[in-house]
Amino acid sequence: MNVLQNFAIGQYVPGRSFVHLLDPRSKLLFVLAFAILVFLANNWQTYTVLVVFTLSAVAVARISPGYLVRSLKPVWFLILLTIILHLLSTKGGAVYFSWGWLTIEEQGVKQAVFISLRLTLLVLISSLLTLTTSPLDLTDGMERLLSPLKKIKVPVHEISLMLSIALRFIPTLLEETDKIIKAQMARGADLDSGNLLKRAKNLVPITVPLFISAFRRAEELAWAMEARGYRGGSGRTRLRQLRFSWRDAVAALMILLILGLLGWWRA
Amino acid sequence: MSIVMPETAVVSKHLAFGYQTDQEPRSLVIKDLDLEIETGLFVSIMGHNGSGKSTLAKLLNGLLTPSQGVLVVCGFDASNNETVWEIRHHVGMVFQNPDNQIVGPTVEDDVAFGLENRGVPPEEMRVRIDEALQSVHMQSFSQAQPHRLSGGQKQRVAIAGIMAIRPSVIILDEATAMLDPMARKEVMALAHRLHREEGITVINITHFPEETLHSDRIIVMHDGKVVLDGTPAAVFAEAERLQAIGLDVPLAVRLRQALVSNGVAMPLVLEREELVRELCKLLSKT
Repeated sequence: MNVLQNFAIGQYVPGRSFVHLLDPRSKLLFVLAFAILVFLANNWQTYTVLVVFTLSAVAVARISPGYLVRSLKPVWFLILLTIILHLLSTKGGAVYFSWGWLTIEEQGVKQAVFISLRLTLLVLISSLLTLTTSPLDLTDGMERLLSPLKKIKVPVHEISLMLSIALRFIPTLLEETDKIIKAQMARGADLDSGNLLKRAKNLVPITVPLFISAFRRAEELAWAMEARGYRGGSGRTRLRQLRFSWRDAVAALMILLILGLLGWWRA
Repeated sequence: MSIVMPETAVVSKHLAFGYQTDQEPRSLVIKDLDLEIETGLFVSIMGHNGSGKSTLAKLLNGLLTPSQGVLVVCGFDASNNETVWEIRHHVGMVFQNPDNQIVGPTVEDDVAFGLENRGVPPEEMRVRIDEALQSVHMQSFSQAQPHRLSGGQKQRVAIAGIMAIRPSVIILDEATAMLDPMARKEVMALAHRLHREEGITVINITHFPEETLHSDRIIVMHDGKVVLDGTPAAVFAEAERLQAIGLDVPLAVRLRQALVSNGVAMPLVLEREELVRELCKLLSKT
């Protein structure tokens, strides 16, 4: 059995919904704008706007809620901690509960809800981005968005090529890791016993051959790229073209609408 | 695009090459090589490991620069840093390891890579990618991820990436060495078809004697020099010399050799079918 067979890069769920078909650039900008707007919300009305908007975006993307719940898994502890801290430490308003020095007050409840909501919304919207955009489109979108930075000598093209080659080679290297693990196990390597330090040491016979082979691959790939006429980013054209459509205009209008509502209702 | 191609795809005069080392005076991998390969031929270069055949392949594409001598490929000087890019426009190269030459995250992206490097407009790229994938019968895989393909399919994608740039010469640098026998046949059949139908000069570097049988010409290299050069019939007629430098010969040649040394008169045969026919003739005579 293949040890690493179930490993998937990113969490892209293919589809053809409105959100899927948005230009990756506008999705990236949208998430960025949304992340800023979330911090403008400070009362029930404004948070309702954000929640309603996020939920409808999820509905439009036709992503099953299960994926989004799963995306909250790494942060639920942080959210819980935020809730507890705010419940106990933020004071003000009516006292709902008191037990010795411990009190839970109106402001505390409010802050606990708001801040945990803020975190949840941020995670949900950015998961929606990675759920509806393939890693390739993401790197492409980032390259285009960052291309003005070329003027200040940021190697945008090289970074994006590196990312795309990494995406190409992750499955290949995983397969290889799997082979090496099996080969070392066949030679009697014990990989999963002992304490943490022992286990880390156990990984050496796997990482060393993996690195050697990765370097060899890199060298051969460099030969092949040069043979195929690669001489850097200048004068290159791209197969993948990104085009803004009416959908992206709708997305931009949505952001303006949220901004307007927040500005209006904000305390 | 019609470029008048020179009559000879490759001309070398006193070509020598040695890898740069810090220690000892560098030993030459290619020694005083005079070679001429006519345009439109299917040429096989045979030799065992360390004979210099893969180094020669890298020289032909300007990946390595000659230490001495002259090398002209498709009319361009291979030792000039600017003209090597012209050579790479005309000479495509398929490497041994199918995994380590695919750059794109999907088949389509990979075929596009060479075109992107040459600044071909995106609309034309689409057309050329379709053509190229069609010529290697991989159209239905255009969106596939390379790691999901078999070794033979990966090599076909690599060839498609080269076909998309419409080369006049394809160099197969042990392109079949890591493939299973079926895939090996498949890739060789493809190379022969491209040679026949598109008129591409093919230089097939290999150590499998069976792969060289259908070539127009076989060049045998040993220790950085050409030791035999001619048609398959002429080269395999010298089976002893091939074996002396550690090269295998096709089964038919080997069997015929054994029969002849045991006093059976038999003409030279290269392929299994010919061998069978000759053996039948012998049988019916007795």
